[in-house]
Amino acid sequence: MSATLVRPARRRSLALDQLLIVLALLVCWQGAYAYAGSSAITSPFATVAYAISMLEQGWFWSNVGATALAFVSSLAIASLLGVLAGLGLGLWRFAGDVTEPVLAALYTIPKVTLYPLILLLFGLGLSAKVAFGVIHGVIPVTLFTLAAVKGLPPVLLRSARAMRLSPRQTLLHVLAPAVLPEIFTGLRVGFSLTLLGVLIGEMFASQKGMGFLILNGINLHNVKLTTAVVLIVVVTAILANAGLLAADKRLRRQR
Amino acid sequence: MSRGRAVLASRVGLIVGSIALLEILCRTGVINPLTLLAPSQMAVAMVDLLASGKVTPDIERTFSTVAIAFALSVVVGTAAGAVLHAMPRLRRALDPLLASYYAVPFFVFYPVLVAFFGLNEMPLVAIGFAAAMVAMAISTLNGLDRVPPVLIKVARMHRLGRLRTLFLVVVPAAAASLMTGMKLALAYAFISIIAGEFILSGRGLGYQIAYAYNSFDNKTMYGLMLFVLLVATAMNSLLHMWEQRLLRRRARA
Repeated sequence: MSATLVRPARRRSLALDQLLIVLALLVCWQGAYAYAGSSAITSPFATVAYAISMLEQGWFWSNVGATALAFVSSLAIASLLGVLAGLGLGLWRFAGDVTEPVLAALYTIPKVTLYPLILLLFGLGLSAKVAFGVIHGVIPVTLFTLAAVKGLPPVLLRSARAMRLSPRQTLLHVLAPAVLPEIFTGLRVGFSLTLLGVLIGEMFASQKGMGFLILNGINLHNVKLTTAVVLIVVVTAILANAGLLAADKRLRRQR
Repeated sequence: MSRGRAVLASRVGLIVGSIALLEILCRTGVINPLTLLAPSQMAVAMVDLLASGKVTPDIERTFSTVAIAFALSVVVGTAAGAVLHAMPRLRRALDPLLASYYAVPFFVFYPVLVAFFGLNEMPLVAIGFAAAMVAMAISTLNGLDRVPPVLIKVARMHRLGRLRTLFLVVVPAAAASLMTGMKLALAYAFISIIAGEFILSGRGLGYQIAYAYNSFDNKTMYGLMLFVLLVATAMNSLLHMWEQRLLRRRARA
């Protein structure tokens, strides 16, 4: 609601403010470059130029493809598992109460420490990357879905019963619309964490992918490569998240 | 109350059952001992390792790094949250950045930080701080947003000064959110510092796990993993309990 009511002048000033913040970040970056020198970081201009030149090269896209494949697979698995588990635990209240704190505790453990175990179980390569992405992403999706179902106003289910809706109708017309926005938030958080997991996975267990490029750049002291890949990853992550955030807000407004 | 007890009993049963199942699977050889040690062996390895004192310097190193990053992020994060709360225009402009902040994998900045601070614990402190500070700031904002306006009015009626309003009204009303922020900040600092050590450091618990993994030293590796998991869970449960108590108190008030 509020976004449509914002006056144009105010929206323009917001855009200006945000532009200023981007500029401030660029100035900080340039300052970091001036302080630390080109052995640590390349200047914003050089990085963007190099990043653009990378976009025209085959090896870059094959690495993007490797990361994308691993990321899409783990996001699909994490979302499916998380939503199903969350729905199950949310509807079966007792099981939900039993497992929720356990899941919350699992969420806060440093999952990098489990990395050796994943490698031993899955070997090097795609499956280990995917598994690492899944263990990062699945718990937040489960927890958000669980919270969505638990927080469902009881009056909705009661009115569904009062209107004698069939279980299928209840699910489609009452449950799904009510819990969808919350689940979407969970998927958004899961999206970021799965990406993080896949990137960390690529740093150890892979000969391909964006994470591998970053670590390779660090090991070979190829600062230009590292900075450019980091920039591309960060910008992609922020843009994807901003898109999901906008969709999230729209879903909530519709309700 | 009996339902609460049943939930608690089932939870303990679930955890103990999973550990027992794992133990049986390992002992009967269904799970290869080269892949996973039995939980009892992990515990023995952990106790031996801790008693030998071999990893004490690494433990001290990791915990002191986490402690510094955590303390810094709580102080700076709370202050940043308060400043943003007081400046709505800045807050609106920074909003997309805050919302996307945790979508950025920080540890990718590690090499830059090493070049900045040198090869000591400072880059790891910076990573832990970066991961924890924003969670603290966001929680502070949430807490300040939820201070009921009526409490502020009461404070004004009693002609409390700014400082007394802050400490007698605002901080107690926002305490639960601040606690949530600290809980998140501690968890994030711990996770990112261990991850940083794991990837690119020469000391600390994360490094020792990676080193043990690379030298096929399963005993040390699983002993350390168990130790890290236990510490993380214990810290988190403690803060969680404290947070729940604050929330309950607030619900009563």
